[in-house]
Amino acid sequence: MAEVEETLKRIQTHKGVIGTIVVNAEGIPIRTTLDNSTTVQYAGLLHQLTMKARSTVRDIDPQNDLTFLRIRSKKHEIMVAPDKEYMLIVIQNPSE
Amino acid sequence: MEIVYVYTKKRNEFGRQCNFSDRSAELHVDILPDPSLAVNFIERDPCDVPIQCTQEMSEHEVNTERFESDTRGINHVEGGWPKDVNPHEMEQTIRFRKKVEKDENYISTVMQLGNNMEHCIKQNNAIDIYREYFEEEEVVEESEVQPSAKTINVFRDPNEVKRTASSLSWHPDGSRKLAVAYSSLEFQKVSKDMSLNSYIWDIENPNKPEMTLKPVSPLVCLEYNPKDCHILVGGSYNGQIAYWDTRKGSQPVEMSTIEHSHRDPVYRVIWLQSKTGTDTFSASTDGQVLWWDIRKMSEPTERLILDPNKKGNLDNALGAISLEFETTMPTKFMVGTEQGLVVSCNRKAKTPAEKIVCMYSGHHGPIYALQRNPFFPKNFLTVADWTARIWSEDIKESSIMWTKYHTAYLSDGSWSPVRPSVFFTIKMDGTLDVWDFLFKQNDPTLSVKVCDEALNSLRVQDNGHFLACGSQLGTVTLLEISSGLCTLQKNEKALATAMFERETKREKILEARHREMRLKERSRSEQSKEEDTKEGDGEESPEELITRIEKDFYEIVEAELKKRDKGEEKKAIIELPLESDI
Repeated sequence: MAEVEETLKRIQTHKGVIGTIVVNAEGIPIRTTLDNSTTVQYAGLLHQLTMKARSTVRDIDPQNDLTFLRIRSKKHEIMVAPDKEYMLIVIQNPSE
Repeated sequence: MEIVYVYTKKRNEFGRQCNFSDRSAELHVDILPDPSLAVNFIERDPCDVPIQCTQEMSEHEVNTERFESDTRGINHVEGGWPKDVNPHEMEQTIRFRKKVEKDENYISTVMQLGNNMEHCIKQNNAIDIYREYFEEEEVVEESEVQPSAKTINVFRDPNEVKRTASSLSWHPDGSRKLAVAYSSLEFQKVSKDMSLNSYIWDIENPNKPEMTLKPVSPLVCLEYNPKDCHILVGGSYNGQIAYWDTRKGSQPVEMSTIEHSHRDPVYRVIWLQSKTGTDTFSASTDGQVLWWDIRKMSEPTERLILDPNKKGNLDNALGAISLEFETTMPTKFMVGTEQGLVVSCNRKAKTPAEKIVCMYSGHHGPIYALQRNPFFPKNFLTVADWTARIWSEDIKESSIMWTKYHTAYLSDGSWSPVRPSVFFTIKMDGTLDVWDFLFKQNDPTLSVKVCDEALNSLRVQDNGHFLACGSQLGTVTLLEISSGLCTLQKNEKALATAMFERETKREKILEARHREMRLKERSRSEQSKEEDTKEGDGEESPEELITRIEKDFYEIVEAELKKRDKGEEKKAIIELPLESDI
């Protein structure tokens, strides 16, 4: 339990990290450092996108699987680490 | 809306009323067919009827259905809450969340995901992974191919008695022909049956030479005129120079007179750069360098005696074995001598004494090959005794780079015309070495055993791809070098320039240091001479000198043998220094 806290805190304190969200398979945000509405938006949209990305990867090669998803936009980068049950989302402003 | 126009007319102005009535049909006119009328007409036979057999097409117009697009928005609402949890109640949601956080699966998953995530975050922080960093880098085609040389053709001397192929010359246009001069250079081994002929070979036909050249005495050297591909000049064993025109036949067009020619075999003849294209110069071991105009072979146009004391004394003269002339520097030329000295000369000097500019010493035997680097004319290659050396014109005391001492005598060498750092050498044991000093300096990059007998002459074709080497038994082998050794590598010129400069600088520093040491020695010996003038003759007599040197020599040999026995490979020979920061 404490390790989880420590990990999430460490991630949050990295340079450039704007927010961290842990979402479960149903879309419920378990842990978030952003406000509720933003969290809900991110959770819902990214969940769908991750599913799509995963299905794309598996369509091309059934033995393959999605391990990480990175979306870089003008303002920041959204990183999604998917799993079967949960999903970790981090929004970072990369140093340029 | 009905549009109505009303006009009035009196009844009595109308006129009589129309009374219509029905009547049965009446035949008014019946025109029967009249065959006599057919006379006015001619039957047309044949009738041309155009018929078109095409698909019947019809034109349609279709307007597609309008695509209607709609903008929708999603209202995100927290969902997925299990039935028993009311999303609006803070307490319940918090309780639910806490429960999930205690789940083991959750903990392990988050730990794992957290690790991955951290890696990417750190990556982002370290460097911008999406930026184009290497825009200008082109994909370098790394040639993994080992350098190799392949024998294409072998041209054998058709005569019974085999002579040495002492000189080779490629045809200037397109290099389809090779002129080979055959002679026997071994002292007094000329047999009566030996043919005097030299041949011009077509490289596609190794069975029979394309043309025979019939000199009076066997030719030691032969050169095509770079300006006129039909003219060849040859220097013969008896010292005469002759020139041939391949259009005119096998006999020489003109030969130089014996009185004015060389007294020893002419070892090298080179064409000069001139307006008429008829000037050549030749060198021989009799110590003279003669200039000729082939239109007038009765007498040389100029004569130079290689006297190191610059007095023009023929007895003192050094025998010349090789010549070097670069068309980009028409006033300078170099002569390689039998004594191991390279003499650099200036053609335009006023007095014969000034003609000899300087001498480079360092070799122990006759200099068989002398050539300037085609890309760096200030540096030249000499091949003599058991080593090949590279010199810089400015450093007169020693060469700037040299190879190790080989077991076999080196007999000829040449730079590659396409790569500034590649040169070829041939040895008396029949091997051809290809050196690339930007790649490896201690050993040749490629060593090929061409034949079992000694190789005597080497000539690289202008494209750097093919080379021909002639052996002692008159066999000329045509080899093809792998492309890695004859294509210019990127940065090669810059690297070679840097290498030459570095070596030159090193030698300069050494030279300066030697000079200093010598000055110190001299001043010290002068002082000591003043002190022991009373002691009498301090110098050793020649015999004592010889015994002392002999003793030193044997001591060194014994020490060397001892070292070898110990199994250590301590080299007492000078090595090419390894450059680690190319």
